[in-house]
Parts: sequence; C-alpha cells; structure tokens
Amino acid sequence: MDATFFIAAGIAVLATLRVITSYNIMHALLYLVVSLLAVAVVIYVYGAPFMAVLEIIIYAGAIMVLIIFFVMMLNLGLETSEHEKAWLRPRIWIIPGILCLILLGEMLFLIIQNRQPAGNIQVVEPKAVGMALFGPYIIAVELTGILLMAGIVGAYHLGRQQKKISHRFLENFEL
Amino acid sequence: MNMHPTTAGLLLAGILFVLGLISVLIRRNIIFMLLSVEIMLNAAGLAFVVASSHWGTADGQVMFMFILAMAAAEVSVGLALILQLYHQLRTLDSDEANRMHG
Repeated sequence: MDATFFIAAGIAVLATLRVITSYNIMHALLYLVVSLLAVAVVIYVYGAPFMAVLEIIIYAGAIMVLIIFFVMMLNLGLETSEHEKAWLRPRIWIIPGILCLILLGEMLFLIIQNRQPAGNIQVVEPKAVGMALFGPYIIAVELTGILLMAGIVGAYHLGRQQKKISHRFLENFEL
Repeated sequence: MNMHPTTAGLLLAGILFVLGLISVLIRRNIIFMLLSVEIMLNAAGLAFVVASSHWGTADGQVMFMFILAMAAAEVSVGLALILQLYHQLRTLDSDEANRMHG
C-alpha cells in the first residue's frame, strides 16, 4: 500500500481526533474540513477521482459552509468582530494550514506522477458511474430527488419563525 | 507496509466511524453531535468507495453519491431543528431537551 494513502489516512484520523476533542465549534469545523479533504485524497488514491471531487465540493464546500453560516448566525447578539479575532488567531489556523499544505503537496504529487494505482486497486471511470446511475439505479436517483425535496420543505417548515396573531380581537387574548 | 489495499481502506473507514460514534456518545453540545453524524456518514461512504475499487464496479460509487445527497438533506433539516431548539430553550445542551410538554 502506498505511502500517500498512509499520510492521508494519518491526517484524517488526527484531524478527526481534534474535531471530537475540541470545545470551540469553529476550531472543530476547521479541523473537520481538513479531515474531509484528507478523506478526499484517500478516495482519489482508491481510483475514484469523480467521487473525490464531489466530496470536496459538496461535503467540504457546501455542507461545512452551511454549518459555519449557521453557527455565525446563532452568535448574532455578541460582539462579532472580537469573536472573529478570537477565532482566527494564528495559533488556531497554523496547524490545519500545515495539514492542508501536506495534502495539497500529496495531491500534486499524485496528479503530476500520473501512475497506476498500487496493488490490485481498480480505477472506475466516471463514465461507468454515470451509466450505472442512469441505468439500473434510475429509481434510486428519483427517490433521492424526492428526499431532497422533502428536506427543503422540512427545513423551511421547521426554520420558520412563529407567526404573531394578527387579528386585533385576539391580541390581548392569552393562549 | 505490506497491507492489502482493501483491508487498509476498510480499517480507516472503521476508525473514522468509531471516532464519530464515540463523539456522538460523549458530547452534549447538539451541534457537535450533528458533526459526529457527518463523520460517521463520511466513513460509511469511504467504505463504499473502497468496496467499489475492490470489486471494480461502479455500484459503490453510486451509493456514495446517494450518501452525499442524504447527508445534505439531513444537515438542512438538522440545522433547522437545532434552530428551533435554540429559540425555545436558549441553549445548545441536548440534556436540556429531555422533557416533553405534551
């Protein structure tokens, strides 16, 4: 098994350990992004380049940014600029930055060298994934679409603020 | 190291899954519990990709895409639920929400 796999796996486990042991949610999110990038490199090593890109775009991009926006939204009442300064001291981001740089170097090494995967890993092309997705799995794709629709409706319904009673006769009526 | 690639990948997926499971059991902050569920889903997806490369078929990667879509839907609904909890209880401690009010 490659050294690239072991480096990426070590970074993933290390970053995940920092996620579950940290008390500040922003620092935990920073390390979780590093962990997801490391898992993306592992997926790339295992011959699934399209899945690695999807992992970076959807997990490390969309979902993590959603959670970060949410956490920032909850802290609206506090002095946000001081908080931001406290969140982004160099001591905090220097270790995730170094881990990201290691991952980037590894990724560049893998792409430039362009060799066959080690052992008996078989590369599955994105074309085969697409053929399977829209061939035998077409029902599952449609069900996933319905699931996403249900997620949107559920999030809208749950996240809505309670409406105030607008009728003037009901205003001083205790519920 | 002379380890079979499938063994190594499944070991990594298992380690990540157990870390997420431990975190969901020991943390009481509800946002951390949501993050731990994300870690566990990600580990399951990694196991699917490793299995896909072991058999040389695309089925595991298709399952990984479904896991991605499900994680996105789950995060949006989960964050909306946390928002409601925070508005009602003014805290993110999950132990505060152990009573039902009929």
